[in-house]
Amino acid sequence: MSWRTVTTEAKLLLIGIPVLIWTMLPIYNLFLFAISPKESAFAGNLWPDHPTLRNFALVFGEKHHYLEHFWLQLWNSLIIAVSVGALTLFVATCAAFAISRLKVRGGRTVMNLALFTYFIPAAFLAVPMYKTMGLYGLLNNQWALILAMLTIAAPYSIWVLKQASDKLPFELDEAARIDGASPLQLFRLVYLPLMLPSMVAIGTYALLLAWNEYLYAFLLLSNDRQITLGVALGNFLAADDSPWELLMATGLIYALPPAAIYYTFKRYMVGGLTAGAVKS
Amino acid sequence: MSTLVLPRAEPALPVGPARKRMSPYQKWGMILLVPYVLILIVFVLYPVGYGLWLARHPESYVKLVDDPIFARSIVNTLVFLIVGINLKMVVALFLSGFFVQARTWIKWLSLLFILPWAVPSIPTILSVRFMLNPEWGVINHLIFKFTGTDGPNWLNDPTIALAMAILMHIWKSLPFWTLILIAGRMAIPAEHYEAAAVDGATKWQKFMYITWPSMRTLYLTSLILSMIWTLGDFNSVYLLTGGGPADLTHVLATLGIRYLRLDQVDLSMAAIVCALPLVLPLVFFMMKRLSR
Repeated sequence: MSWRTVTTEAKLLLIGIPVLIWTMLPIYNLFLFAISPKESAFAGNLWPDHPTLRNFALVFGEKHHYLEHFWLQLWNSLIIAVSVGALTLFVATCAAFAISRLKVRGGRTVMNLALFTYFIPAAFLAVPMYKTMGLYGLLNNQWALILAMLTIAAPYSIWVLKQASDKLPFELDEAARIDGASPLQLFRLVYLPLMLPSMVAIGTYALLLAWNEYLYAFLLLSNDRQITLGVALGNFLAADDSPWELLMATGLIYALPPAAIYYTFKRYMVGGLTAGAVKS
Repeated sequence: MSTLVLPRAEPALPVGPARKRMSPYQKWGMILLVPYVLILIVFVLYPVGYGLWLARHPESYVKLVDDPIFARSIVNTLVFLIVGINLKMVVALFLSGFFVQARTWIKWLSLLFILPWAVPSIPTILSVRFMLNPEWGVINHLIFKFTGTDGPNWLNDPTIALAMAILMHIWKSLPFWTLILIAGRMAIPAEHYEAAAVDGATKWQKFMYITWPSMRTLYLTSLILSMIWTLGDFNSVYLLTGGGPADLTHVLATLGIRYLRLDQVDLSMAAIVCALPLVLPLVFFMMKRLSR
């Protein structure tokens, strides 16, 4: 190894180590709190003297009044995320097919309106959305959150699916039409199988978006038995003497599924989403 | 059960302008578009119209301008956008160059590097909030260990608290933008760099004459999109500082929600309407870019 390679490697390490510390510090701190007994959680050590899984046992056993409905809230998060994923997939695939393959009249306008929705900052849309959900009588109903997240997830999903389906050769459709395929047969037998990879990406995107959402969930739901786990975590902040180590243990549990899903579907996510996110 | 129908007499041309009689393809296109159009009307167009109607009173704007928190929020938002985003994108551009280096350990590091983006923001932001606690947070422990002095009271000083919120935002979204810029760098043909190496170009020259020209458009688009998203970043500020101390670290995204929680919806909508001159040009820029 020449001197030159050694300095190059050293320079790379000089970037890599700070990047590692910067990235992992908050996550490590989360983990550290979660495995620390209550007394030593605040000692500031980089590793607890007596690491323990007791916090998780307390969380799973719902042994604190902040955690009274832990399992129910976890279930709420799950059911809402899955519903948003499924509904987004349905709505967006239908719309993308209609716009891209059937060239429906007005499709371009709808696409532009969808893009416009996508670009309104979500925190700005939250205020009128909250008021409107009140008018519709949906406040404190989980459908409010599902429909709100569907509204937020759909535009980008339609756009990504439309980009992907514009790339499919039109000869396919023409051949199917000449063979007399009805629009629905075209959709079911030609379109869906070819779009499967993009649909996996979009389903995952919508699911994660809904699972991770805080603002809309906290605005639209308030009953302890209806809120998602994310909102429940935020509620710990209401008191100064909350059991922070339990909060962090719950937070870790809440963070694991999306991380696992992300790494499982990374292939689809990175290919399907980043390519679509910014078209230069 | 599917029955095959005979080919239609009309030519099978799906593309092209609307025809007078509605073909089954048009009919089904409209049916399939209905679910999304309904969502658009019920949950976007109507709420937006209703919100603008709520913001119609001039008095709301007078009250808003009289509120010192509003002025402070505008300044904070601009600092967030100008300092935060530029810092984030420059670092992302730099790191994208680091992550394209072919090393096994860099590949592993890139898997970890994506974590902030892959996990939900609530637990990690709360974790940072605890790290910054002046009495028992790990940061001040480390500062005390190494320097023997007490660290600052991070979230109790409006300037430091805002800086921390900006860093929080960068921590969360840096991986995403780095990924985007890595994709941009990978698209540059390797031959360009090889040719430049043969000509004896320096690293800086390679960047200026090969990398930057081919990434300029992507970088600009990312910058604008990132601005729009940052305007809507509620979590980084709300969960870290709660807008405090003394409501001095609010940005427009949290201010609107603050008024809403105080039952002052007209002020909330007025604050959002005041942000529109900033948001709409960015939105139209992005729409033009994406709808090509």
